Amino acid sequence: MAIRPKIDLMAIRDRHPHHFAAISRERVSMAALATGAFVLLVYGMAQFGFFGGTFLAGMGRLAEIAGLMLPPDPGSWGHVRVFIMALIETVAIALLGTLVAAVVALPVALLAAKNVTTARILHFLSRRSLDTIRSVDILVWALIWINVVGLGPFAGALAIMTSDIGTFGKLFSEAIEAADRKPVEGITSSGGGRILGVRFGILPEVFPVLASQVLYYFESNTRSATIIGIVGAGGIGLYLAEAIRTLELQQTSFIILLILVTVAAIDFASSQLRFALIGRRAGSTP
Amino acid sequence: MSSTIVQLPEAQLRPLLAAYAESVRSRRWHTILIFACVAVAMALSSISAEVAPLRFIDNIGRFTSYIVRLFYLESGAPVWSDPAEWYWGLWRWLRLLGETLLMAYVGTLLGALGAFLLCFLAAANVAPRRWLRIVVRRFCELCRTVPELVFALMFVIAFGLGPMAGVLAVAIHTLGALGKQFAEVVENIDMKPVEGVTSTGAAWHVGMRFGALPQVMSNFVSYTLLRFEINVRGAAVMGFVGAGGIGQDLVEAIRKFYYSDVSAILVMIVVTVALIDAGTARVRHHLIGLEEKR
Repeated sequence: MAIRPKIDLMAIRDRHPHHFAAISRERVSMAALATGAFVLLVYGMAQFGFFGGTFLAGMGRLAEIAGLMLPPDPGSWGHVRVFIMALIETVAIALLGTLVAAVVALPVALLAAKNVTTARILHFLSRRSLDTIRSVDILVWALIWINVVGLGPFAGALAIMTSDIGTFGKLFSEAIEAADRKPVEGITSSGGGRILGVRFGILPEVFPVLASQVLYYFESNTRSATIIGIVGAGGIGLYLAEAIRTLELQQTSFIILLILVTVAAIDFASSQLRFALIGRRAGSTP
Repeated sequence: MSSTIVQLPEAQLRPLLAAYAESVRSRRWHTILIFACVAVAMALSSISAEVAPLRFIDNIGRFTSYIVRLFYLESGAPVWSDPAEWYWGLWRWLRLLGETLLMAYVGTLLGALGAFLLCFLAAANVAPRRWLRIVVRRFCELCRTVPELVFALMFVIAFGLGPMAGVLAVAIHTLGALGKQFAEVVENIDMKPVEGVTSTGAAWHVGMRFGALPQVMSNFVSYTLLRFEINVRGAAVMGFVGAGGIGQDLVEAIRKFYYSDVSAILVMIVVTVALIDAGTARVRHHLIGLEEKR
């Protein structure tokens, strides 16, 4: 039978003093922070009426709605055709917006990259304008473009383009800044100018990275394109919002199912292409 | 010191040059093919998206004039000449902005708490049951693929107009997005501490608490902060479908062409988002620093 070792508490205490010390200041401040965060959460929930009857009643209604959504049913074949056409339109909006944004964003990104543009004022200005474009939501851009080109998918494509110019400009300029300086030096040393240095020194190196970012955003833009229809800028969103508002719940779930399948298909295709472009490891963390 | 370039004899050089030309040609074909595919895809999608270049060129002036018009008051004076008139609704907008931030906060925290509970069930290395892992993964996928606004539209029907629907929509989307990211963090932990705790006979949840949690906590907080930043933008447009926050006033101003109101609200949102970006970035860098010190 094993003999139970005698526990020498004093020796353990000597060896690991920090486990026996009084609670440290760091821990107290962490606890205070957590308590504060929790109090704010409870305050917010109380403010929004989570503890009243509305929440419970709403939950009941939500369960009822969820029940009415099953099984998904488009109603008729005519509806199916309309929905599929709208989905194709959605994907077209996303594709067009993403590609045009990438083309426009590349020169802007070169301006915003520190290692290409040496004039600090140019680089500062392009950075700030990209930030501003990004912080205006895509739905707001859609509403603005509707004023310009009217209701319809064209406004949606322009909205996606605008908001993506901001995103791509930032991502591209970061990729360009992370590029290796040596190829550019090589070209400069052999007598090439700045433009040749960018063309043959930087672009070949960053191109796969940029292409993979564009593919990644194509997928995320497909999701965005499904909602811009809510404000009238084309795509499936119009039908979805209408189905929800008129309580055609089985149609709603059918459209959602269609969207899920499409997004999954595009996700699959774009990640395959990305892996082909830059290898599996780098592709998994865009 | 002078150096000479060694030139190969013609007979040896010719096949090498030919091979080089061949490789360049094949790459060029490759590039042309890719560009052709992209061009065809763009042409097809322009038809579907009803692209009208002529209308675009005709009306592009309206875009610039709209942007310029945003910065002029009803009286025709530029907005900065009379800030009091520009921000006539400052208190109302500040209250709505506060509501938006609170919506984002509560939604993020509720979603993060849900994701925290689910992620240990969804991570391949620690999940207690295989079928449970698959169910949780699919659930998270559903939550993050359906756009927030669609959830908001449905919640508005169930809970009525107001911020509660917006909070729940933000929370559901956050649950899906963070559930996936948290699970990926848990999948990358060192399993030795978990094995150590389990080897003492501890139950699964104890193993998670003392083996896994200390390794993932700072990453969890960092991802949650990043998500909060995204959710502030998301909560700002919840009002478009009547789910609370400043979006309600923004969409009304855009629809009714109250130009200076649009710019006033947009400037407020842009500044708030920029401040929150800067703040969360600092905290996250601090957390990453803590992680590296360990």
